[in-house]
Amino acid sequence: MRPALSSPHTLSILVDNEAGVLARIVGLFAGRGYNIESLTVADVSDDHLVSRITVVTSGPPAVIEQIMAQLDRLVPVHRVRDLTALGPHVEREMALVKVAGVGDKRVEALRLADIFRARPVDTTTRSFVFEVSGSTEKVDSFIALMREVGLVEVARTGVVAIARGPEAV
Amino acid sequence: MTTQELNGAGVIVRALTDLGVEIVFGYPGGAVLPLYDALFAQSKIKHILVRHEQAAVHAAEGYARSTGKPGVVLVTSGPGATNAVTGITDAMMDSIPLVVLTGQVPTHLIGTDAFQECDTVGITRHCSKHNYLVKDIAKLGDTIHEAFYVATSGRPGPVVVDLPKDIQVAKARYVRPGAPSHKTYKPQVKGDLAAIEAAVEMLAAAERPILYTGGGIINSGPGASVLLRELQRLTGAPVTSTLMGLGCFPATSPAFLGMLGMHGTYEANMAMHGADLMLCLGARFDDRVTGRLDAFSPGSRKIHVDIDRSSINKTVRVDLGIVGDVGHVLEDMIKVWKARGHRAGNLRPWWAKIDHWRQRDSLGFAQTGSEILPQYAIRRLWEATHARNPIITTEVGQHQMWAAQHFGFEDPNKWLTSGGLGTMGYGLPAAIGAQLGNPGALVIDIAGEASIQMNIQELGTASQYRLPVKVFILNNEYMGMVRQWQELNHGGRYSESYSEALPDFVKLAEAYGWTGLRIETADQLDDGIAAMLAADGPVMVDCRVAKLANCFPMIPSGAAHTDMVLHGDETVGEKDEDAAALV
Repeated sequence: MRPALSSPHTLSILVDNEAGVLARIVGLFAGRGYNIESLTVADVSDDHLVSRITVVTSGPPAVIEQIMAQLDRLVPVHRVRDLTALGPHVEREMALVKVAGVGDKRVEALRLADIFRARPVDTTTRSFVFEVSGSTEKVDSFIALMREVGLVEVARTGVVAIARGPEAV
Repeated sequence: MTTQELNGAGVIVRALTDLGVEIVFGYPGGAVLPLYDALFAQSKIKHILVRHEQAAVHAAEGYARSTGKPGVVLVTSGPGATNAVTGITDAMMDSIPLVVLTGQVPTHLIGTDAFQECDTVGITRHCSKHNYLVKDIAKLGDTIHEAFYVATSGRPGPVVVDLPKDIQVAKARYVRPGAPSHKTYKPQVKGDLAAIEAAVEMLAAAERPILYTGGGIINSGPGASVLLRELQRLTGAPVTSTLMGLGCFPATSPAFLGMLGMHGTYEANMAMHGADLMLCLGARFDDRVTGRLDAFSPGSRKIHVDIDRSSINKTVRVDLGIVGDVGHVLEDMIKVWKARGHRAGNLRPWWAKIDHWRQRDSLGFAQTGSEILPQYAIRRLWEATHARNPIITTEVGQHQMWAAQHFGFEDPNKWLTSGGLGTMGYGLPAAIGAQLGNPGALVIDIAGEASIQMNIQELGTASQYRLPVKVFILNNEYMGMVRQWQELNHGGRYSESYSEALPDFVKLAEAYGWTGLRIETADQLDDGIAAMLAADGPVMVDCRVAKLANCFPMIPSGAAHTDMVLHGDETVGEKDEDAAALV
């Protein structure tokens, strides 16, 4: 068998919002040796009964298919969708980026933030915290630039994703 | 619909009664005392007191496999729950429907490292099909019902319900729920008809078909075995079976090739290798079956019928996957086959090849002299008992493989063995469970002298409930399969595989109120078996067999089906590092 190419896939998993459900999902990935590149989870229904988990994982198509099947057989899982395979979808993540510096570096940080439409959400005379959101690549680029002007630390949400068009997953 | 004020323990017992539970296997402890009190006050559910919680689970598995009903286990918190974990994992691997009720410290103490506290739902999360921690008394009754539904539907498996002690004593109302359903869990039972039609056409067009059958057929219920027999008659195809599937097709049928895989027959493995169409029915392409994956049945188109979507394309890519209960799919396949007027193809050239492979007589052995060959012992045991259609349980190791090879099964639910997890110590408690579920049946645990010691304490359980189980130990004074691998792969260095300091099994049996018998020479074998069968109560037979006999045929781990070793003198060469790392 020729090794198939591994590529990232964004999975959307709707689950019962109950104790231990995240442990079931994460444990499945750990126990079966699958990769988690990013994971987000939040309650998304007005009755608080359903949570949406977005996982970015990577693997050849057969592995992705197996991950989907394994997730689907967990009792509290409502639906699993591979957004990457389904087609057009929007992926976004948000980061809070703290930079510290004075003088030219501080001015440059602010200028770069403006180009990336990153918003300062905290300011002192020696630092900023920027809120930046967009594709993973955009957030990566912004953080890389900030390294040169005094990056202190980063907090990222990981990817959330939703399919384009009027239908729900 | 009835409502009545009870406490939590009473709700559980009422729910169990409504669910038709007749037997619970368990062991009391502090965190389940209210439940034991509720059991004390009733007579519909019989409690079987084991001697170790692992055995409670295996006994429930033996009960479930031999009756088709779910097994029920009741253990206390902490060590009660952790002792049950091996059995729960065993049931998970072999898809056995169980509901395991575990006591837990009261909810306000959870997370405080209280006495006999453990994180039972955390520990069992990945070795159970599903689990629950009941923290709301209002949900207790429904949770018990849901646990049974999840355990027994779809691909069966063990479900754990963790029950804090305060929930057991809280006042509660019990309302018997309606038809079982679940908002997210809805297993697919009927197969896709278009796929089934495609499968029938592939089968009708095949020149070298093979039916590769597994435990799913047994889990589907006895009807599936009947349908399998009919499909075989219609198609004329040969049938092979996994370890878990033995009995779904009669061993005495000329169409049966025997078990396949690592210790399967030459004809079964060669037919798998040479087939042009493989119809996999409720089996899962386990590594013990496939051997080297890139050499596995290279010329066949493969159809896989399984109730678990994740089993399809897991290790072997198939041409057509059908998700559904194998019994329903078989029924539809037969309907379509008949409706389209298909007849069995000309399989004569295929059968001629198979007959040629059969002539190798890969299970052949020559019993000469007074030393008993283990294969011969099992064959004589079969001769003496098969008319009574016995239930056979096993431990794990050489004796298990010899039993699978040499004890023929005609019907499902008669062969209870730990296939997936390979749990030594399974056979005796499983036999106890099977005997309780089948009071009139002849139940025999074919054991090894090492395995039997892993749950030997259960001799007491059989004595207590006057269960006439038979334990037939093939005693070769070695952990035989370990020794065999050490001989074949590790230069004959028998590191820690000799069964030193064995007990006198006859005296041990007698100490527990059993009959103990010893068979030492071939001429004593038939009389010894007869004496075992003649005794009314439980009997343990210490049958001394050839110490260094190896279990053949054998596909070395990681080798292809065509690299089968038929006899010990064919083992040559050194294994490479990758092969040596395989188990």
